[in-house]
Amino acid sequence: MPTEVNREDVQRLLTAGAQLVDVLPAAEYAAEHIAGAISLPLKKLDRETAARLDSSRPVIVYCWDYQ
Amino acid sequence: MSPRAAWRLESLGFSQVFDYAAGEADWFASGLPREGREASVPRVADIVRRDVPTCRVDDRVGDVRDRVRAAGWDTCVVVNHEQVVLGRLRSQELAADAERRVEEAMEAGPTTVRPNVRLSELAGRMGAEDMSSFLVTTSDGRLVGLVD
Repeated sequence: MPTEVNREDVQRLLTAGAQLVDVLPAAEYAAEHIAGAISLPLKKLDRETAARLDSSRPVIVYCWDYQ
Repeated sequence: MSPRAAWRLESLGFSQVFDYAAGEADWFASGLPREGREASVPRVADIVRRDVPTCRVDDRVGDVRDRVRAAGWDTCVVVNHEQVVLGRLRSQELAADAERRVEEAMEAGPTTVRPNVRLSELAGRMGAEDMSSFLVTTSDGRLVGLVD
């Protein structure tokens, strides 16, 4: 079950080596995103695209806000 | 959107998945680093004054006035225990009877802007609404600061 985290948790997880994933559409990612995040839009999230991620490390996903 | 992505990743075999539900709106509101084509466009978050004084609805106006003026301000934001904005005391409200409670003197429901608003847009709003300052809040109403 995914764990909801806050900003401080995110910073701590990133320091520990977590991967940060922006799941917004690619155009929104291109306009602006959290520094260091990679783009993996929800609509394109499948086994093939998720292979970009290291499954042995924590993954943090985010979008704009509680949408 | 991010909860669905988190669950999808779990279905694909990822066992350590975290959902930053407050998202980039929360990150940007805190002035943390951003990247991208529009990342250098100045936003409210870049100039917001985060040290604006705050008070509670049950405080005495006189007590708040003394504290606010001593800190060099002429306005105070009324918040609850969750830092959600309930009102605002400007200079005229701070000049009210010292014994009144903040709740009785405050401007309720003050106008706010989001931290991600572009400064060019903010200037337009200030002109259109004849305002010299705005409170800055997150989408769930929590105080970020004041921009003037």
